Amino acid sequence: MSGPHHQHPHDHTEPPAEVVLRVKALESLLVEKGLVDPAAIDALIDAYETKIGPRNGAKVVARAWIDAEFKKWLLQDATAAIASLGYTGRQGEHMKVVENTPQVHNLVVCTLCSCYPWPVLGLPPVWYKSAPYRARAVADPRGVLKEFDTALGEHVQIRVWDSTSEIRYLVLPERPAGTDKWSEEQLAALVTRNSMIGVERAKSPREVGKS
Amino acid sequence: MNGVHDLGGMHGFARVSAEPESAEPVFHAEWERRIFGLLLAAGALRKWNIDMVRFAREQQHPVDYLQRSYYESWLAGLEKLLVETGLVTAEELATGKAAGLAEEDLCKHRLQAEQVAAGLSHGSPTTMSADTPPRFRPGDRVRARNRHPLGHTREPRYLRGRAGVIHEYHGAHAFPDLSAEGVRVGRHLYSVCFEASELWGENANGNSAVHVDLWEDYLERV
Repeated sequence: MSGPHHQHPHDHTEPPAEVVLRVKALESLLVEKGLVDPAAIDALIDAYETKIGPRNGAKVVARAWIDAEFKKWLLQDATAAIASLGYTGRQGEHMKVVENTPQVHNLVVCTLCSCYPWPVLGLPPVWYKSAPYRARAVADPRGVLKEFDTALGEHVQIRVWDSTSEIRYLVLPERPAGTDKWSEEQLAALVTRNSMIGVERAKSPREVGKS
Repeated sequence: MNGVHDLGGMHGFARVSAEPESAEPVFHAEWERRIFGLLLAAGALRKWNIDMVRFAREQQHPVDYLQRSYYESWLAGLEKLLVETGLVTAEELATGKAAGLAEEDLCKHRLQAEQVAAGLSHGSPTTMSADTPPRFRPGDRVRARNRHPLGHTREPRYLRGRAGVIHEYHGAHAFPDLSAEGVRVGRHLYSVCFEASELWGENANGNSAVHVDLWEDYLERV
């Protein structure tokens, strides 16, 4: 990816000190009223910081790359195939997997809010939730892809998936060349979060220092 | 509502500003962690659903919506929901002091740490039954209806009045326009494919299409 681009202040997370205080006050208030338990908040944070993230999705992709039957299942019934690897639930109740090929490139966005497949990718990056991406992914996908240094020929059809319902989309990136004898684990290391959103390709063996 | 949250196709936001993937933390500050956990924990009280959460955020003033960071919007939305549903009073919110304990019935639903993993792995499926059979089939030509409801909707503005083709039928799912008002009814949901040239005319990217999930209520036959 290219270096930092033009940064609008709201892309950062430096809120006024007032926001920090309001969050603290709100938590204290809800705890005092008996409505929330701080230990449950800790557990929720921990789940998304340590357990539920894009390594889950990478395992799904790597399995699809080495197992043709699994891939077929994944493309037909993604929810069930993904559940078979243990990834289910919140913001991934209804999953679809869309496959990149030499002719087709898929890109996922949520123009209306920030819908994202949590069980396989975790919580979305800041740019995915930002106005520039949400505004432009549907109208100028080639331009957006260029900003991620992803150039596609005119012959490649781009399919943008705007996540307006509770269906969540995961891109199955193309398996990189030169990985024929790689293990599932080695392959998973090539699968980036961004490749499963569709803004980049999976890493090449060269990029991870193996070729 | 025709809110500023409905961003598809807007100009003027410049480039996508992305932190390198390997360097981006899940949360950027402690207060982001807390408001994230707080909203999910409060959601377990079942006073609202996901469409109400979205609608609460959409109703921020457009200037605030664009100016605030993502989790600041979560905070604003949560404060609004808490007061609207009576979980806290405006006065409690302003002073930060509880006027008393919440009702026992509510506290019974308070999310416990040991319930978190199971709750997340179960989620909240939105499939429901519908009263009528689906009107459309894959391959049918449809048009997104030109409608401008004041309430919550998941029909983005950029495709209203545009024609597309039914790509896939997803079954019946809770209809968000009514769900945001607390009414859960199942309506047929479809993936509809719109050619970029239909959406963006002479300014369209070549060889591209947009797939959007749309409920039957948003569609008419061409």
